[in-house]
Amino acid sequence: MARITMREAISQAMWEEMERDPNVFIIGEEVGVWGGSYAVTKGFYDHFGGERVRDTPIAEAAIIGAAIGSAMTGLRPIAELMTINFAFSSMDHIVNEAAKLHYMFGGQFVLPLVIRAVGGGGRQLGATHSQTPDAVFAHFPGLTVVSPGTPADAKGLLKAAIRSNDPVLFIENATLYQVRGEVPEGDYIVPLGKSTIQRPGKDVTIVTYSKGLEISMKAAEELSKDGIEAEIVDLRSLRPLDMGPVIESFKKTNRAVVVEEGWRSFGVGAEISSRIYEQAFDYVDAPVVRVAQKEVPLPYNRTLEQSALPQPADVVAAVREVL
Amino acid sequence: MEKGKLLDLYYQMVLIRRLEESGAELYQAGKISGFMHLYIGQEAVSTGLIAARQPQDRVITAYRDHGVALNCGIPANQVMAELMGKVTGVSQGRGGSMHMADVTKNFWGGHAIVGAHLPLAAGLALGDKYAGRDGVTICMFGEGATNIGYFHEALNLSKVWELPVLWVCENNIYGMGTTVGRASAVSEIQQKAEGYGMAHERVDGMDVLAVYEAALKAIKMVRSGSGPRMLEIMTYRFRGHSMGDPERYRKQEEVKKWEELDPIGVFHAYLIGNKKATVKVLEEIEARAKAEVQNAIEFAEASPEPGLDTLFDNIYVEEV
Repeated sequence: MARITMREAISQAMWEEMERDPNVFIIGEEVGVWGGSYAVTKGFYDHFGGERVRDTPIAEAAIIGAAIGSAMTGLRPIAELMTINFAFSSMDHIVNEAAKLHYMFGGQFVLPLVIRAVGGGGRQLGATHSQTPDAVFAHFPGLTVVSPGTPADAKGLLKAAIRSNDPVLFIENATLYQVRGEVPEGDYIVPLGKSTIQRPGKDVTIVTYSKGLEISMKAAEELSKDGIEAEIVDLRSLRPLDMGPVIESFKKTNRAVVVEEGWRSFGVGAEISSRIYEQAFDYVDAPVVRVAQKEVPLPYNRTLEQSALPQPADVVAAVREVL
Repeated sequence: MEKGKLLDLYYQMVLIRRLEESGAELYQAGKISGFMHLYIGQEAVSTGLIAARQPQDRVITAYRDHGVALNCGIPANQVMAELMGKVTGVSQGRGGSMHMADVTKNFWGGHAIVGAHLPLAAGLALGDKYAGRDGVTICMFGEGATNIGYFHEALNLSKVWELPVLWVCENNIYGMGTTVGRASAVSEIQQKAEGYGMAHERVDGMDVLAVYEAALKAIKMVRSGSGPRMLEIMTYRFRGHSMGDPERYRKQEEVKKWEELDPIGVFHAYLIGNKKATVKVLEEIEARAKAEVQNAIEFAEASPEPGLDTLFDNIYVEEV
């Protein structure tokens, strides 16, 4: 098994799927000649050509709308949004069209569509380019929302997303692109809508995904020095949400911390903690604690920005609170 | 055009008119709910346009879609059943008045967010171009949709990629209650095509044959690979924007003036005047349309409601 970066894993998944199926194509801003603003599609244009790696105008409604239309005809577009912050310019097409067309016309339209979008803060890009609005999108029935925390999951989930006949929003975190991990070669598929245990433990359950996984892993190492073994459940998909491993772990540890990069209010942590209370109330030994971004538009200044983002120390403190 | 086809056009327009008149009554009687936008007055537009398409040509439109659905070949039964929210409706009672489609008839909806279906149309056309098929996507929208960003993004993309789309603006002068002059920087919508390097033509939308001829020519040009183009079809809706429209924005005299140009009346006079049909033949056609609508009402009323156990059907293709 090769040890590659998450960027390479995502790139590999798309490359293999495009080699496998001529109906898979890429559409987005600077995906072609430039090679992708985050270099994820570097080399694609030269290999697959401009018909399959389609540079678009800076027009997100056109990108997502045209991707939807082409998917309705049987193509399998991978639409890239340069950042998830630009998804708001195509919000209508994501939530009013992609999420609803299959249902609203009695199942006639099928949309094998993937929207790749890069999100997350911590890169001093200011408030408009640093958001983690994952929960907003996970709110809508009809969308599938996934967000990997490891290179292997990135490859496996993206391949599953491309082969899915439903619209999938695939959310990447830019600060994870350089993270390395073992990634199986060839046809490696991670099913959509399945949570997994990324670190076994017995004392507390940490529920997280994407960037939160990296933060939680660091926190777990710290806690381990004090003999506290945290079990980390990686959601991987926000919709559909697989609570199975979360509840199973919680019934063992009776304590949980939810870690997300987005804002706390109406967020992923709110949903997870509610479901824990709904599904495992008799097992609760302490209130579930949420670790999330402070409720502020992210500032440019590095010190301020980092102070607003969840850190491993916040997770450590939250775990000590529930123990 | 041969006589049989002329009479087909007349039948289609009358069918739309009768179905919608009945629809309005059923709405008042509480048997149809939600937002319902009538096409009465505009029948010649989609009738002429869709008569000019080939089977491989896709049609997509906005929420004023009953007439377009009928012209695409969806039976009146299924249109009426959808209006009543029945499981036998063309969208199985999930869509209602604004969301009708039938993929087997190459009718891609029925879209209720103003302008949002224009980028979809570009995508439909991209699908055909990508696969090397010769289909043309016919995208209809109101003049009000040309003021929203989607219109401009979609037209620009279609020209940059030379997509096989015929953009069809149905200019009925009012976006809800706001006249085109109060909402659009240019009242002549076809001028907007200039900004995207696109050929365009303004057509009399109260004359079904004028629409047909213009559409035939335009579709042929798009199919030949000359890129997208636009038709601006001038028309007028005789009824309100939707069923809940007090119509404070226009005078009855104005409506009456336009009603003299009633596309059904105009075509009736043409058929008689040019000896294409006798009054008796046209009366028979009208009776046939009326019977089809009556039949559709009975079909829809007798049809079952969707089962509660089907509430969650078709949210996703694949269960996960």
